[in-house]
Amino acid sequence: MTEQSTNWEPKIIAFLCNWCSYAGADLAGVSRFQYPSNIRIVRVPCSGRVSENMIMSALKSGADGILVSGCHPGDCHYISGNYFARRRFALLSNLLDFIGIEPGRVNFSWVSASEGEQFAEVVQSVTEKVKALGPASRLVKKIDALETALQVA
Amino acid sequence: MPTINETVSEEIRAQARKLLEDGTVAAVIGYGSGSLPMTVKPLVVRSPEDCRKLIWNTFCVLNLANYLPATLKSVEPPRGPRDPKPEGPLPKVAICATGCWSRSIVVQIQEHQVARDRVVVLGVGSRGMVSRRKVEALFGGREILAVEEGDHDLIIQGADFSETINRWDVVRDNCQTCTHPDPVLVDVRIGEPVSERKNPNPFIQVDALEQKSGDGRWAWFTEEFATCIRCYACRNACPLCYCPTCFVDDAKPQWVGKSLDAVDTGLFHILRAYHCAGRCTDCGTCETVCPKGINMRMLTKKLNKDVLNLYGIEAGMQPDAPLPLTTYAMDDPQQFMANEPGSGKEGK
Ligand code: SF4
Ligand code: SF4
Ligand code: SF4
Repeated sequence: MTEQSTNWEPKIIAFLCNWCSYAGADLAGVSRFQYPSNIRIVRVPCSGRVSENMIMSALKSGADGILVSGCHPGDCHYISGNYFARRRFALLSNLLDFIGIEPGRVNFSWVSASEGEQFAEVVQSVTEKVKALGPASRLVKKIDALETALQVA
Repeated sequence: MPTINETVSEEIRAQARKLLEDGTVAAVIGYGSGSLPMTVKPLVVRSPEDCRKLIWNTFCVLNLANYLPATLKSVEPPRGPRDPKPEGPLPKVAICATGCWSRSIVVQIQEHQVARDRVVVLGVGSRGMVSRRKVEALFGGREILAVEEGDHDLIIQGADFSETINRWDVVRDNCQTCTHPDPVLVDVRIGEPVSERKNPNPFIQVDALEQKSGDGRWAWFTEEFATCIRCYACRNACPLCYCPTCFVDDAKPQWVGKSLDAVDTGLFHILRAYHCAGRCTDCGTCETVCPKGINMRMLTKKLNKDVLNLYGIEAGMQPDAPLPLTTYAMDDPQQFMANEPGSGKEGK
């Protein structure tokens, strides 16, 4: 873990829904709540838009952590998108645990547009969790390793 | 005295012939004999004369529902992609179905891939199908030339041996843990109905894996899928995988690489299993067709377990209820959320 010793900082991909969590992130910024700069935000129309393919693709590409955040149940801009998302995320989160992906790599939360402070707290706690886990290695595609293997072959 | 499966075969042939002769259906999906011992091949019969080719035995391991949508399409009058649907009812298709296959048909109906009024289900109570791999393992490389089937035994014959083995010992894992062997949709009953099986724990294999540590489970996952050659037989044989373009074939964006890289293979399996969440009936076809003997069914079985425990649904058991992932409840469990009190993994 040489990376860790040289002040390793995790990269966390955050899929935030446009109507609540993204606005929550905005409010956190405007209100000057401090939160770690480890997150890279991807704005999506709804948490229901976040597919398992997107989450796995982010992990494959080397994200150390994932955060998916949407409106609180009952507050979805599209009425029910987050309810459908909740079922899908529950199953995905269990399946990833089942195959041995560390709990804490892939996180889900509800943050509303008025919860700037809560947004900062969620990012803080997710970043701490991911830092404790160290750099992701499971399901990260190592292009270098592959190229070396090909050259050797 | 004919065996149970001989009687079932006779009844299938008679019913298929009757349905084709009186014009009720345009085709019957069943099984014909294979070219090797312990193999059968799916067969679509379109004329009464060909019904004699239909058979039923303990090696009928492929889920016939997989062939239903295409067979339905094949009996429709030919038309261009933009031509309107022809007037009047379209021809019907009959299909032999056990418990899990009939549940797959229910899922196909729920997902509008199959019209209920165009299908005639020849319902067969399943007694569990035998895994060819398990039998071969018992004989460790000795070539098996013929297998004779009794109701509870199999007589395995080779060039210089003939041994009798207990049938249930070599029944597939998914059949051994099955609780609903009798079809849920029956239009024409074939043979005797079989009762629900009292299985103390249908998820015993999943539970065993869950007992392992996180690292142990990761080791299992990487080892289990290490030999996968990405032939996609597991996907192609599954009645749920009817997508015209599967995510593995998508190029933009390319969700999984085409290489044999372990990460790409792992992602293929995670996502394929996940796409079957709430739809898989544990028919075991994916596992049966794998040339490498990979137990990818553990992933779908884990999802089946969670869907049952979290949402109280078993795929294909309630034709009138929506599929678990196309509906929701206001109070669905959400302990897995990062900012929920008591967050962690979802209750088992
Ligand atoms: S694996 Fe998924 S995308 Fe591919 S055919 Fe099956 S359900 Fe469709
Ligand atoms: S995933 Fe496997 S066990 Fe489940 S329905 Fe498809 S073929 Fe059958
Ligand atoms: S059938 Fe077996 S070898 Fe082929 S893709 Fe599926 S798991 Fe891999």
